[in-house]
Amino acid sequence: MADTQRPLSPHLSVYKWQVQMVTSILHRATGMALAVGLLLAAWGLVALAGGEERFGHFTAFVGSPVGIILLVGWSWSLFYHLCNGIRHLVQDGGYGYEIVQFVRSSWASIVLSLLLTAAVWAYVLTLGAAA
Amino acid sequence: MSAYPKEYRNPLKKARGLGSAQHGVSHWWVQRVTAVALVGLGVWLVTLVLRVLHADYAAARELVARPWNAVLLIAFVVTAFWHAVLGLQVVIEDYVHTRWKEIALLTAIKFVAVLAALAGVLAVLRIALGA
Repeated sequence: MADTQRPLSPHLSVYKWQVQMVTSILHRATGMALAVGLLLAAWGLVALAGGEERFGHFTAFVGSPVGIILLVGWSWSLFYHLCNGIRHLVQDGGYGYEIVQFVRSSWASIVLSLLLTAAVWAYVLTLGAAA
Repeated sequence: MSAYPKEYRNPLKKARGLGSAQHGVSHWWVQRVTAVALVGLGVWLVTLVLRVLHADYAAARELVARPWNAVLLIAFVVTAFWHAVLGLQVVIEDYVHTRWKEIALLTAIKFVAVLAALAGVLAVLRIALGA
């Protein structure tokens, strides 16, 4: 906790839940998840450079049940952070601050990210079945 | 005796260095510039990963070794780790209120990010240059 004594602003517990809060919290959470995922991507590149055996260890981990769960989580995190990131860039430009727009764009980030994740995994699964 | 002031220094002396470090704007701006770059690089990376997915080891290496793919991969690795450090920095500054833990974490994420980014870049170069 803080080592200084000072007044605190009202915290999460006093607010009614709204979609704008959810998108804001998710942006941070997915950002942190993606930072960890980035380490995995770096491992993948190092393994690819290190030879077929090392790359085999990497693909074995990624293809394991735990790996698949992490990949699904990270792929959604990527698409969510991407969609909501674009939303934030638009807002940084000064647009979309009407309450109706704000709520609508929040839902758009969530729904679009889920659709993109579903599309990518549908592609992966159908391609996997064909190969 | 008690007529002597206890403090000879001007209060400004104590306040100096405790306020803004004047780096906020550049932090904010670099976060946005890397965000815009990552919109393009992120979407491209997804397409690359989908192409690598069902390739064997040699085909995966060949794909990464192509000049444009190698250049964009290095751009992605550097930009993504940079963006990640800026984002994690804000999260740590917001939630870690014990000063030594805050500084330790801020330093640790930079060390990890720089090492992982260098390892990733070296890996791409080794693959691209056939080393």
